[in-house]
Amino acid sequence: MNSRVLGAAAGLAIIAALIAAPFGLKPYGIYILTLWAVTTIAAIGLNLTLGYAGQISLAQGAFVGIGAYAAALLTTHGWPLGSAYVVAAVACFAIGWLLGYPALRVQHHYLAFVTLAFSTLVYLVFRNEEWITGGIYGISNIPRPSLFGYLLRSPRDFYYFCLGNLVLVSLAAWWLIRSPWGRAFVALRENPLRALSLGVDTRRYTLMAFALGAGLGGISGVLYAPLVQYIDPTPFSLLLSLNLLLMVIVGGSGYFFGPFVGAIIAVLLPEWLQAASKYYLFYYAAFVMGLLIVSPSGIIGFFEKRFTAMRKVEPPPTPPTEVKVA
Amino acid sequence: MADFIQLLVAGLATGGIYALVAIGFTLLWQTSQTINFAQGEFVMLPAFFILIAMGAFGVPFWGAVVIGILVSAIVLGVLFKRLLVDPMIRHGVLPLAIATMALALFLKEAAKDFYSAEAQPFPPLAADINVSFLGATVALQSLIVLAIALAAVIALQFFLNRTQTGRMMQATAQNPNVARILGIPVDRMILIAFIINAVLAALASALVTPIYLAKFSNGEYLGIAAFIAAIVGGFNQVRGAIVGGLLLGVVDNFAAAYLSAQYRAAIPLILLIMVILFRPQGLLGRLEERTV
Repeated sequence: MNSRVLGAAAGLAIIAALIAAPFGLKPYGIYILTLWAVTTIAAIGLNLTLGYAGQISLAQGAFVGIGAYAAALLTTHGWPLGSAYVVAAVACFAIGWLLGYPALRVQHHYLAFVTLAFSTLVYLVFRNEEWITGGIYGISNIPRPSLFGYLLRSPRDFYYFCLGNLVLVSLAAWWLIRSPWGRAFVALRENPLRALSLGVDTRRYTLMAFALGAGLGGISGVLYAPLVQYIDPTPFSLLLSLNLLLMVIVGGSGYFFGPFVGAIIAVLLPEWLQAASKYYLFYYAAFVMGLLIVSPSGIIGFFEKRFTAMRKVEPPPTPPTEVKVA
Repeated sequence: MADFIQLLVAGLATGGIYALVAIGFTLLWQTSQTINFAQGEFVMLPAFFILIAMGAFGVPFWGAVVIGILVSAIVLGVLFKRLLVDPMIRHGVLPLAIATMALALFLKEAAKDFYSAEAQPFPPLAADINVSFLGATVALQSLIVLAIALAAVIALQFFLNRTQTGRMMQATAQNPNVARILGIPVDRMILIAFIINAVLAALASALVTPIYLAKFSNGEYLGIAAFIAAIVGGFNQVRGAIVGGLLLGVVDNFAAAYLSAQYRAAIPLILLIMVILFRPQGLLGRLEERTV
């Protein structure tokens, strides 16, 4: 069968399952599923930066935080959530662009430290600037948004809202990756010098990769705030950035569906494995190390390798030909 | 002035600990291109080895420190290299760095799940007395920490510059291919670097834990401090890491006292960003050649 048809059928089946899922779940289950959708959006953004453009970032959690605080502050002051989208996306895009500048100057491992430092600074601002962020007391009573006059109060309605967001973000990312921009990102990852010599404006695309990834992190935060309805600095510490990074790596960085799989492992799996919950992170960390040793391109990379190896027909042994020296 | 000296000595003591951790960090980078994001956890964990040796086996403190250092050399030196770094290094610098992030999480959770989530008391290195020094009162503990850290650094410098093995390690760091041609057992040199890193981390652990208590989350800040010290001083220089560590400890203490307690943690980070932006090779470092 044509693999494209197969892929489309699988995609539709997954979307149908995601639409049907909340009918069989308690509110907590729906909450976790919504959290998965929201987390996946942030991971898709990081996958653009890390997976496609090859720029390591330990700041994605900070952008989620900026988006969440933007949404919390605006909506508790009576503004609609739509305004938070604009503010968060623009702010994160601009900050991400600026954060990309060190990436132009230093090798990739230094970049990990710059973004790590940025992440910690943002966390300190959330915690210390009490007059605006509420400090450690946080911001409570964040309202759920309404869509065309309909208040998305119930968990199920809000889940569909987040799922819709995820679908839109996925489509945009799908389009982006296939556009000349996406190709330029990959060129940047594979060999920056060659990309530059082929006329790719590496400077602009590096900054763009950071800015786009950050913008999606912000949008994820905009959805996170009304989901939990109470935010404080704790969830946006360096640990979130680290988790998002591991998520993208575990799923398969540079694969379109990598972030989806990674978020399943990081968000849904711990809930299913309740029995092992106390030791979950311990096993998870061990699993990530083992996976990286076996397949640095993550779960999808692992299966892709197996799949192509299985399908590959053994080529007939070529008879040794005599090389004639002219 | 008395305040100033007090802060300076305390800062140098903390800085000496940072320097120990940062030196190991740069050694791993130089010899094997390993960026160890679990470096902070490498300092957190030996304290638990020491506590286990004392608690479960009744070993006296100094004996337990020796055991802690030996166990660290095996677990955080040899096993770390054999089980994680050797299989990962062929995938490149970045995947290995990410694997060490997972290792950091693994060690932290292991200490939390299998020992305790609560901070554990840890025996002090010296009686809690103060010494008068140029009109300032300085904690004896700070002086001892500084002395041990300096002794370790001098011993390491002696080893690297004056012994044959040390010279062979330097050759390995500078150019592994030429070193191999000259008959230097490159892999063993790298292994020695990993063991030195583990020993320095264990030593730092014994020095720092009496101040912070033994807690699974201790590594978070210590790791960042080591990165900052290494980068500020110069990633490819042992003496850069020493200067970076001492500078960071002093800056850290003065910032807490004179600037803002709330943003104390921010000052080193801003220092880091400034150095990376304007002098990426570090204060004492030399430029690394770009690899294509």
